Parts: sequence; C-alpha cells; structure tokens
Amino acid sequence: MAEAILEIEGLTKRFGGVLASDGISLALPRGELHALIGPNGAGKTTLIGQLTGEIAPDEGRIRFDARDVTALPVYRRSQLGLARSFQIASLFPEFTALDNVALAVQAHAGHSFRFWRDARREPRLREPAHDALMRAGLAARADVAVTELSHGERRQLEIAMALATRPRMLLLDEPMAGMGPEESTRLLEMLRQLKGGITILLVEHDMDAVFALADRISVLVYGRIIASGAPAAIRADAAVREAYLGEPDEVRQETWNG
Amino acid sequence: MSEWRRACRESWRDSGSPRVVVNAALLIVLALVPVYAAVAGDPFATILFSRILIMAIAALSLNLIMGFGGMVSFGHAAYLGIGGYVVGILAKEGIGSGFVQWPVAVAASAAYALAVGALCLRTRGVYFIMITLAFAQMAYYVASGLDRYGGDDGLTIYHRSQFDALDLNNATVFYYLCFGLLLASICLVWRIVNSRFGLVIQGARSNEPRMRAIGFPTFRYKLVCFTIAGALCGLAGALLANQTNFISPALMHWTRSGDLIVMAVLGGMHAMFGPLIGAMAFLLLEQGLSHVTDYPDLILGPVLLFVAIYVNGGIDGLLGGARRG
Amino acid sequence: MLYLTEQLLNGIQLGMLLFLLAAGLTLIFGIMDLVNLAHGSLYMLGAYFAATFAAWTDSFVFGAILAVAATLVVGMVLEMIAIRRLYGRSHLDHVLGTFGLLLFFNELVRLIWGPAGMTLSLPSEMFAAVQILPGLYYPAYRLVIIAVTLAVALLLYVLVMRTRLGMLIRAGASNREMVGALGVNIKLLYTLVFGLGAALAGFAGLMQAPILTVQIGMGENILIPAFVVVVIGGIGSIRGAFVAALLVGVIDTIGRAFLPDLLHHYLSENAAETLAPALSSMSIYLLMAAVLVVRPEGLFPAAGR
Repeated sequence: MAEAILEIEGLTKRFGGVLASDGISLALPRGELHALIGPNGAGKTTLIGQLTGEIAPDEGRIRFDARDVTALPVYRRSQLGLARSFQIASLFPEFTALDNVALAVQAHAGHSFRFWRDARREPRLREPAHDALMRAGLAARADVAVTELSHGERRQLEIAMALATRPRMLLLDEPMAGMGPEESTRLLEMLRQLKGGITILLVEHDMDAVFALADRISVLVYGRIIASGAPAAIRADAAVREAYLGEPDEVRQETWNG
Repeated sequence: MSEWRRACRESWRDSGSPRVVVNAALLIVLALVPVYAAVAGDPFATILFSRILIMAIAALSLNLIMGFGGMVSFGHAAYLGIGGYVVGILAKEGIGSGFVQWPVAVAASAAYALAVGALCLRTRGVYFIMITLAFAQMAYYVASGLDRYGGDDGLTIYHRSQFDALDLNNATVFYYLCFGLLLASICLVWRIVNSRFGLVIQGARSNEPRMRAIGFPTFRYKLVCFTIAGALCGLAGALLANQTNFISPALMHWTRSGDLIVMAVLGGMHAMFGPLIGAMAFLLLEQGLSHVTDYPDLILGPVLLFVAIYVNGGIDGLLGGARRG
Repeated sequence: MLYLTEQLLNGIQLGMLLFLLAAGLTLIFGIMDLVNLAHGSLYMLGAYFAATFAAWTDSFVFGAILAVAATLVVGMVLEMIAIRRLYGRSHLDHVLGTFGLLLFFNELVRLIWGPAGMTLSLPSEMFAAVQILPGLYYPAYRLVIIAVTLAVALLLYVLVMRTRLGMLIRAGASNREMVGALGVNIKLLYTLVFGLGAALAGFAGLMQAPILTVQIGMGENILIPAFVVVVIGGIGSIRGAFVAALLVGVIDTIGRAFLPDLLHHYLSENAAETLAPALSSMSIYLLMAAVLVVRPEGLFPAAGR
C-alpha cells in the first residue's frame, strides 16, 4: 500500500451530550479517492471540520504527510497542502469570479505584504486563476460578480478555488449538492482526472458518483466508522445495508440495489 | 510608469463620469480656497478648510480599516490625540522642530495602534467596537491626568512645528501643506487597497473564515492595517495640533470618534474620496447651520438620521457609477 | 472598615442605576439587534422631565411618575417614527442614525430648558443620615435608590419570567426570526420593548438627579459604562446585566476610593498623582477586557447568540 498521506487516530468530539465523533481512525494512501458516506447527522461535517482545523478534537491525532497537524491553525494546514470546499458555497460575494480564484492563488504565491503594486494586474496571480476558471468551465464568467452567478456556477467556483491552492489533498463536502446533470457530469470528469495525482476525501450523498469514483468507501454512522473498504465489499456489508435501509428513503434504496 | 497611466485611465473609465467630475471639481475648488480667501478678504475660509483637510486625512485613515477592512473602530480619535499631544509635549519641552515632532507623533500612534490592535483584533462585531472604545477612553483618561501638560484644560501650543523652509504660521503655507498631505494620503490608501495586502484586508472583511481556509493568516494582516491606520491618523493629529495651536483630552472623547465614523459613512465607505466628501459635508453643514440658527444640531441630527436610513453608500452612493475598490 | 462598607453601598447604588440603563440596552440589542447611542438621551430626558414635573406638582413622587410616563411615550414615538427604519441595517447605520439622534436631543433640551441645567430637589428628610451599622451613617435617599431600583429589578424579573409578554421578549432575545414566524405582532413587540427600555433609562435619570446632575450631555458619560455592563453581562441577558452592573458599579467605586491611596503607598508622589485618576477611571475597561479574554461572549450570553 502506498504511504498514507492522511492518518486519523481515535478522533473524538463531543458537543454537550452529543458524541459527534467517536474514536474515528482512518488512513488514506496517496492518490486515493476515498468516499465518506452516512446518514444525515452522522458527523461527516464535524469530521471535516476537525481535519481542516476549524473544530478542535477532544481526543485523537491527525497526521498529514507524516506531520502531526492536530494543533495547527486552519491557515497553516492550507499552506501545507490541505484544501477544502464548503458544503454551502463560501465565496467573496462582492468580488468577481476571477478575483475569488486569484485570492486563492495569492495565498500560496508568497507573502502578501506588498502595498503598492496593483494585485489585479499581477500575471503571476491572474494567469493561474484564469487557468483554474477554464478548467472549471467558468472562463466566460470570469469578470462577473459572485452575486450574479447561478447556484451551480458558485459550486463550481468553490471547487476551482480549492484547486487553485494547488493542494496535495482535497476535502470535498457534498460538492454535487444542488448541481444540475450537466454540471455533475463535468465535476465527475474533473474528479476522475484529479484522482491519482491529488488525494481526495469525498463526502457525498450521490451514490452514483460515489460508486463511480471511489477507490475505497467508509461509512459513518453516529460518529463511528462502521465499515471501510472497497466499494463492492461495502455494498454487500450487512451492517451498512441496515444503517441505510433504516432510512425511509426509497430512492436511496433503489440506488443501493441498482 | 506606464502602469500608472493605464491605472489612471481605467479609473477614469470605470468610475463613471459623475463621480470623476465631482472629485476633480472638488480638488480644484479646494486648491483655490486660499486664492478665494485672499480675494474676498476672508481668512477664515482658509482656516476652516485646513481643518476640513485634516479631518479628511483622519477619516481616510479610519476608512482604510473600517470601509475596506470591516473593522469598526470606535476609538480612532485616540490617535488624533496622541499625535497632537506628542507635538504639544515636545513643543513644551523645547523641541520645536517638526522634523522630530511629526515622525515621533506618527511612531507613537503606530505603537499604540499596534498594542491596541493586538488585543482588540481577537474580538469581533460589537465586542470589537466596545473594546476599541474602551482603549480610546483609557487614552482620554491618561491625558486628563497629565497635570504638567494641562490635564483637563488642555495645552496651548505657542509655536507651530518648525520646518526650515516652510513657515507653518503662514495660513496659506499651512493650508497647501495639508492639501499636499491629503493628496498623498489618498494616493497611498488607493495603492494599498488595490495591492496584494489590500485584497487580503478586503477578503477578510468579505469572508474571513474562507480567507483562512485558503491559507491566509488574517490576524497579522489586519494588525498591520490597523497600525498603518493609526499612524496616518497620528499625522492628522499633529496637523490638528498645529492648526488650533491647542490640544486637549476632549479631542479623544468617544463622541469625537463618533464624528470620524459619521464622516466616513456619510461620504461613502467604498470610495477613495468618500472620507473627504464626508468630512467636508459634515463640517460645512455644522458651520453653515450655526450661521443660520442658534440650534444647528436640531437640523444636523435629523440629517444624519436621514442619511443613515435612506442613503445607502453615503454621498458617494448618490453619484452612482461602478464601485471601484 | 466602615469606609469600605460605605463605598460598597455607593457601588451597589451606582450598579443599580447602571442596571436600569443596561437592561434596556441589552434588550434592545438582543431583540432588535440595534446599537442605540441615543439611550443616554432618554436617561437625560427622564431627569429633565422629572425636574419640570416635580416643580409643577410640587411633589417628587408625582413628578417621577409623570416623567417615567413621558419618557415611555417619547421612547415609543421615537421607535415608531425613526428607530424602526433602522432594523436589519448594519451596525454602522445604527451608529450614524442614533448618533444623529443624540446630537438632536442635546440641542432640543438646550432649546426647551436652556443651557444651564436644572435641579431636582427632595424634601430634606431624604438626606438625613440613617444609621445602618453602629458608627455608619448613610444618606436616606441613597438607600431609597437602592431599594426602589431593586424593586424595579424584581418587577422586571416578574415581567420577563412570568408574563406572556416576558416570554415573547425572552424568545425574541434568543431567536428573533422564530418569534416573527410564530405570528406574533413583531412591530408592536419591538415598540413595547423600546418603550420599556426608554422608561427604565428615564427612571434611572430621574433617580440620580437629586444627588448627581440634570444637565445637557449627561447621557454621554454614563452610556459607555452602560455598554460595558452589557458586554460583560452578555448581550440579550437581563440576568447578565444585573450581575455585571453590580460588578462594574462596585469595582468602579471601590477603585476610585482606594486606588489613589494604594498607588501613593507604592509609587512616587508624581507617578501616583498622574496615574491615579487614569487608573481609577480605567478599572471598568480593564475588567471588560479581562472578561472578554476568558469569555468572549460575556458572562451570561442569551442562548443562541
């Protein structure tokens, strides 16, 4: 097995009486696309929050690239190559799409204690930003303010920004949510091309995408990983079926059996 | 240099004609004030407009952190006071050279801003507003306790700062010095706002968690911005002390910080010329109303309320056109 | 020891006055999310109304009752004409607008009552010293302030905890959108809350008038300590405002009483002279800074904030 780029050991988080993360342990080898699935409220977003540094775990360790990052602040982890896209698009509303991505580029292009030169005219920032927008299919919307972008376009911008930081690992929190079929296909294709090069932890409800992309899948229920392994094994796992079949969601059952 | 020309041309084009015309007209009018004063035999005009220019610099410094950085500081008048008191104290102790007084004024203000910012910037929202106000009040109380330098009554400054070539006692010379410094300040703030540093500050105002998520250590940038704003306001304080030949703790009272906020908001917080327009509008209104009535605030108060309720984007918002950062 | 007790009582008295102001501020900020710089103006109006009505009716009590009623009316009218148009706007718009109101009211008072200020007198028995402890005499009126404001605090507690209106207020403080969604007449609720805050402020103003001052701009000096109390106590929490107000009142008073001597003891004459007034005045800000470091949301933040 390739050397693990992300190692999570016994991650535990309590909110008052609720155990959101219950001793989660996981190891992701380089280049793997690992899907994290589970019913709503299972603690997926809490886990992502602890990986990025927004939430401090009560117990446990997180190692990124053999380095203990458990106590590192959010921006530091980003600088080390851990990028994240938000479930609800978190952008800079008054700025244009290009400005948004250029900021992501700027964060990883040296320090920003430069006070005189117009940053919107720095090729070192604008060119990679243009490229990222092109890859996300948003090149035509570069100079449009975020407030004018459609919901789907904002989701694409989300991901373009995460990619613009040239990460070694990507944490994607339900990137497909609210996307139309064409945009979903494009995103699927993009992720297919990325995997192998970038390690990806994908939290998703869209089972088609999950089974199409994932190298391995982990199932999170009530803060615990109840199963983890290859897609076929997960599909056949009895405990997993019960966790999902317990849900009154016919569509999900269909997808499961399909 | 060609980048300059391109930038100016773009500003001209992007800003929308009304704004550019108004700003240019404003500069021309301001440049001609001493001429008018000489011709019309009204020296008070030069004095009044000197004050406007100085407060415009102070409001501009506040707008850097408030309008662009989203840091609403209710303690900005403290830097006017610190800058002024440095000039006053040094003058009283026999150090009259502006070449010493002014850099020390700026440095002292920067130091206080750095200290205050390091503590306050850990809070947000209304807590930030309150704690900046608290530190300004502390400066106010310290100044009130300086018996040697006038305490509550204030300190008279008998000799304006001395610069070899410039005689600041000449009202016209002083005016053009203020004018020049205001232009330089506007230019400086304009460059800062659009630089890499400025984009980080604006991004932090727009969505700070996202800024951290993409890798920016936002705290240190905000702190540096806060310090720059304090330093610039300290310069305004040094100018103010010269202009009135007097400095007192009253200058640092929280209601004076309120005045600065009013000027910045009134003029329009996202425009370079906003603070200047706001300072002019506020001070001229104050002045004009006191000629018309014995109770000027009866009108000024409701005017501020009206602007707060109905005018989005301050006076600059009325000029329309593209909003250029 | 007696001196300490006396200062403690003074501190409690100051704290109670601060509570009246802070309670209104914290409700207005907690429920309507409004930064109200004009709150000190209502405090000032209460004092001026009381001075005027007491002179007309020749009775402090009648004057006080009329003054509270008048301030309540002014508060509600102000809310309906101006304040409600600021809801939902940025805090900066609030600052700009209420700052304008502050200027307006100072000038209005100067127009109606003149620049000189007024006095509000009490029957002289009120200032007779009451012996509360062997050897300790305390002015009767100051005891009255403590007693009456405690009674008002109790009434406020009953209102907020035991009435339907109070339930709506508490709900609004922790989740204002929900309360609107429940079909409550939000506009009326907001007007009542603002009026209540105004009445409390006016009451504080008139209570302190006989021993302190009735003059233009009196609101500005107490407004900031009131905001400090709100921040320390936690925005939206009346209980927090009560605890914080007592804390601030006592610390400020004790600080001013004992700090100068303490400084003289340990520092040179000059240093003590310079630092004493500054540090005494700063004590409440240092307290606020200390609280915010440990608990950035204040001592008792209203749920959901």
